Amino acid sequence: MPWVIGFWASLVVVPWYGLEAGLSSQSWPAAAEAAWHGRSWLLVLLPPVLLASLAGGLRWPRLMALAGVSGLLLLALEAWLIAGKSQPPLGWGALVYASCALVVAAYGLAWQGWCRGDVFIVAAIGAVCASTLVFVGYPVSCVLISAFRDNAGHLDFGLFAAKITDRSIWGLDCLTGGRNCGVAWNSLALACIVGVLSTLIGLAFALIAARTHFPAKRLLRLMSILPVITPPFVIGMSLILLFGRSGMVTAWLNHWLDIPRSRWIYGMTGLTLAQLLAFTPIAFLVLLGVLQGVSPSMEEASQTLRSGRWRTFTKVTWPLIRPGLANAFLIGFIESLADFGNPVMIGGNFRVLSTAVYFAVVGAAQDQGGAAVLSIVLLAFSLTAFVLQRAWVGRRSYVTVSGKGDSGQPGALPRSLHVVCLGVVLPWIVLTASIYGIILVGGFVKAIGSDNTPTWEYFLTAFAIGHGDHGFFLAGSAWNSLFTTLKVALIAMPLTAGLGILTAYLLSRQRFAGRGVFEFLTMLSFAIPGTVIGISYILAFNTAPIELTGTGLIMVIAFVFRNMPVGIRAGIANLSQVDKSLDEASLTLGARSAATLRRVILPILRPAVVTAMVYAFVRAITSVSAVIFLVSGEYNLATVYIVGRAEFGEYGLAIVYSAVLIVIIVSALLAIQLLVGERRIGRREIAQKRVPTPELAQA
Amino acid sequence: MGFRFTLGLATVLSGLGMSAPAARAEGTVVVYCGVNEAWCRAAAKGFEEKTGIHVDMTRQSAGEIYARLRAEKDNPRGDIWFGGTGDPHLQAADDKVTEPYQSPALGQLRDWAQNQATRSGNRTVGLYLGALGFGYNAKELAEHKITAPACWADLLKPAFKGEVQMADPNASGTAWTMLATIVQLMGEDKAFAYLQALNKNIDQYPSAGAAPAMAVGRGETIVGVTFQHDLIDVAKTYKEVRVVSPCEGTGYEIGSMSVIAGTRHPVEARKFYDWALTPEAQAIAGKNGSFQIPSNVGTPVPPEAPDISKVKLINYDFAKYGSSAERKRLLTRWSTDVKNAR
Repeated sequence: MPWVIGFWASLVVVPWYGLEAGLSSQSWPAAAEAAWHGRSWLLVLLPPVLLASLAGGLRWPRLMALAGVSGLLLLALEAWLIAGKSQPPLGWGALVYASCALVVAAYGLAWQGWCRGDVFIVAAIGAVCASTLVFVGYPVSCVLISAFRDNAGHLDFGLFAAKITDRSIWGLDCLTGGRNCGVAWNSLALACIVGVLSTLIGLAFALIAARTHFPAKRLLRLMSILPVITPPFVIGMSLILLFGRSGMVTAWLNHWLDIPRSRWIYGMTGLTLAQLLAFTPIAFLVLLGVLQGVSPSMEEASQTLRSGRWRTFTKVTWPLIRPGLANAFLIGFIESLADFGNPVMIGGNFRVLSTAVYFAVVGAAQDQGGAAVLSIVLLAFSLTAFVLQRAWVGRRSYVTVSGKGDSGQPGALPRSLHVVCLGVVLPWIVLTASIYGIILVGGFVKAIGSDNTPTWEYFLTAFAIGHGDHGFFLAGSAWNSLFTTLKVALIAMPLTAGLGILTAYLLSRQRFAGRGVFEFLTMLSFAIPGTVIGISYILAFNTAPIELTGTGLIMVIAFVFRNMPVGIRAGIANLSQVDKSLDEASLTLGARSAATLRRVILPILRPAVVTAMVYAFVRAITSVSAVIFLVSGEYNLATVYIVGRAEFGEYGLAIVYSAVLIVIIVSALLAIQLLVGERRIGRREIAQKRVPTPELAQA
Repeated sequence: MGFRFTLGLATVLSGLGMSAPAARAEGTVVVYCGVNEAWCRAAAKGFEEKTGIHVDMTRQSAGEIYARLRAEKDNPRGDIWFGGTGDPHLQAADDKVTEPYQSPALGQLRDWAQNQATRSGNRTVGLYLGALGFGYNAKELAEHKITAPACWADLLKPAFKGEVQMADPNASGTAWTMLATIVQLMGEDKAFAYLQALNKNIDQYPSAGAAPAMAVGRGETIVGVTFQHDLIDVAKTYKEVRVVSPCEGTGYEIGSMSVIAGTRHPVEARKFYDWALTPEAQAIAGKNGSFQIPSNVGTPVPPEAPDISKVKLINYDFAKYGSSAERKRLLTRWSTDVKNAR
């Protein structure tokens, strides 16, 4: 049995230590380390392998499960307790050992009848749970523990109690005429507003895109997708250039309509606007997939029974897209809580938790314990939203995609709703267009808004191509970071999407103990500000037993686990519409669950896959806060470069780089679209013609 | 199996392809750089050309680098912390996450740079000096018909109501320098009276230290309190920005450099350190748009830099105002008496 052989190989063949140095390292396999290098404690890892060989030969389920589980436990014991930091960091041997132990345990449990005896499912649950624990639970707990310590590192619960009840977090002065409310209330209010509005605007977009004959649909899709691919501070900056006190729109209004110039854009209003611009597209992506999944025959049935369009929409369509709405809200809410770039740019005096956490860590006060306390508040909000979301979606059935061919046509929108949607979408398009107009133009003039002389200077500084003795070479200062970024993003993209969709499948199709806890755990890394994730990754993965800092791998891991939740949310929302009988039919026909997942579930989940891949790719390119602590000079990333330039007022360079990134991402979106293709759900041909459903990025 | 195979393959490939070359043993120095990106790159390139030692440079703000050093202290990844405001360098020296080193070039440095070394037990050294000040937008000023401010006291004029910006000292080292400067100029109680009066004119307290400079440039506010070199940076693009060195005198930051404790490349790190203090290396700053006062006596001061003979520097007490206790006390008082007072 190959996995048992792998189990042996992990001890005897593969070097045990030194993941950092790769396979070519000087380290020896565990057996050799134990025999000749005085690391005899490694022998505790041997019994599980012997047990597995015995149990594998005899097909003895309990013994097999025992072998696998004890292998994992002993490895953890060896890594953290016995040897701990006195040994070199674990390497490929340990990785192979852990994987094999996991699969062996899965065999044992499956033979006992777990998950209908399906080894793939048991192993997948184990693998996803284990990796989430190691790459989310472990680092996050490393940071949160400091909430209970004083600056010298001693446990101090009194200090924690004092900090978490502090007035700067929970004060309500603004209600009684004071200047500031606590950051917690600010964040909560902002997140609720942004969550609700982004879901509603996203729904308006999705309805227009999926259910109407809107002429410029492709343009609409492109525009709605643009903000997601823009480094966050750029949106804030463009808003200032447009609506700031010296902004173009402000000046125009002042000149022609005598509206006095003011700074309304700074603070909660402007922040809400910026966050809506940034997060509505994600809601749109999630809702579009769900809306397209709603079976037209349900709506047709409703209309046949003489319901009007409005009644059909409120009584049939709306309830059916509930999982989509709930997931879109959850994403908007949590994104708003964790957003850092926009509050810094246009928050003004309006303080929120994420910026407070950041400046507690790196600001003049240097208070990591305080940051951990704030993070706990932040997590409590996320947890609450998560629980509420699940309660609202409830246990009802949202199945509309079943094995039966579905030949309905989606009904038209109620007239009033159509008008409302257009009323939301059209101004939004204008706003988006003007913002991107500024970004595209801004990099090619000297100082936009103040000195509009055209110049190639910034573009050439960043992206010049020189010509020397050896032909052409890349002379611009941005090329290096651009290529590294694309490489990391391309590696992270399929991993993020794959893991996200797999997790969504497990969460929505399998019943296992601790599912709810596990689901929340996957959301954790998404909800915590990137800075804290960055610090937590250093705390967790800088020393033995798991040493990853300084490698490109840690960036990929950080991206995967930080951006996976969107894939999960989109996947869950989509899967809740798909009838389980489809899986069962495939299983009955003898396909195993891996094949079912690949050949039945994945094609149906195409919109979710697109969402997850788009998001993973884009976020790997545009997010900066988490990885800025993980980058080394070898792996300089585009956003780090952009922020580095913008911080020193070199906005021209920052903007031109953003514009180039946007062009690249849009091309990538087209490529993803081509690659994944469209979902075909046995809808009538005529319906396809009347209501074409091209995916988001065809534009 | 295709799907799973692809996944596995991708994992393995990424692991192989991207495992760190950071362990390259010789001829590398890892620099955490706290100054302008352009300066960082040029310095890295200059050192590589001079010595052939490869520079692995990462740019972050000083606060971020300090947080990173503390997180990495059990297994340091960096060798040199180059630039960035002096307070976190001093704190790092206190925490012993940086190590003592006396460069042979120490004697060539200006007094304030040597004092920085003495203060920290040679765990850090002055690299450049940046004077605090404020800037105003000449166009907006003319529109509002206000005379140009020249002193700290001018900022209290009612004409500037809602037109002054400074960062939040809780978050920004720049604004902390301003708070400490005012306290040292006026004495604590008078200083807080001043800051309370100023609070009436303040439009917002952003978090980032250089943000007021940008706001002045774009005309979002008339006056912004920040370091003079940040203002000069902005003035390159926005011609209406004027830089003021307050007549009462002003505080300053000492941009510093430290060797990280437990450096993996001690020899290269020291070479870099010595090189960074030479006039040749320090001249790179001015050429790349950073206009602070360099610490080596022999380095020509860039013409764009504030004329130090006209800047009235106070005798800034870094030991007192760099200490955590004093900092915490003053920040708490500022938050209650000033920021939340209105």
